Amino acid sequence: MTNIRVLIVDDSSVMRKIVERSLRQAGVNLEQVVEAGNGLEALAALQAAQVDLILCDINMPVMDGLEFVKQLAGLENSKRVPVVMITTEGSEGHVVQALSAGARGYIRKPFTPDQVKEHVLAVLTEKP
Amino acid sequence: MNTYKMTPIAGSGRECWYSTLQLAIEEVFELMLGSALELPSQPPPEDGLEITSMVGMAGLLCGVLSVRCSTKSASRIASRMLGVDADKSGPELWDALGEICNMVAGNFKNKIAGLGDGCMLSVPTVISGGDYNLRSLVNEEIRSVLLFEGEPLVVTLEVHN
Repeated sequence: MTNIRVLIVDDSSVMRKIVERSLRQAGVNLEQVVEAGNGLEALAALQAAQVDLILCDINMPVMDGLEFVKQLAGLENSKRVPVVMITTEGSEGHVVQALSAGARGYIRKPFTPDQVKEHVLAVLTEKP
Repeated sequence: MNTYKMTPIAGSGRECWYSTLQLAIEEVFELMLGSALELPSQPPPEDGLEITSMVGMAGLLCGVLSVRCSTKSASRIASRMLGVDADKSGPELWDALGEICNMVAGNFKNKIAGLGDGCMLSVPTVISGGDYNLRSLVNEEIRSVLLFEGEPLVVTLEVHN
């Protein structure tokens, strides 16, 4: 996987760093990393930057990950960008909610770089 | 993609909570830090555990989960998580410990049938210093003492019925 532009959305700056590190450890060549602290910031960031992939937490202040995924569908320039949720909320109910909202993948914390790679590879290679 | 991996539920009765908590802690350290925790052969001294991270739980389970360790251990944990030198982890040490506590609490509740959707987690809080008393309205305490790189790590789940 080369030259991927990724948006990482998490209210924890440490977790954003960990996710980026996991992508790099998994051998993903990141051309650009854009960060946002909540869904609203992520929507604003997407007005200024084009990305290939979004990794997003669920529980965040201001706008949570589920609402972000729903609102992403209304952004003409980014609505087809795959979103993978990365969250502590790992119940069946949360997974169904996320996938129904439009997420294409779901990674539970804790995770390994290989798990991140597996999910990222799957969403980047699948046909829309 | 609509597949996901779910760690098998370890048990739902309270008699399983201790082993489930232990499993939840070990998984977080193995997956996020690449560190295998050890069970102490005898109870280690707990003085000097000056970093406490806490996450509140509300819903079907009400209580507080806390992780206590020394400043040295906290630096090493942050270092492992972030890939930086232990002496350069700085203020990120606090956030890293908070994330560890959050993941242990989340991993624990996801392994107990019914708690995944029925229990909310608070934002983590991290306290430094050991000269304090903490009192919460709890009826039950589950406590796990493990060794992280030879240093004690105390994880406590205080449950309010």
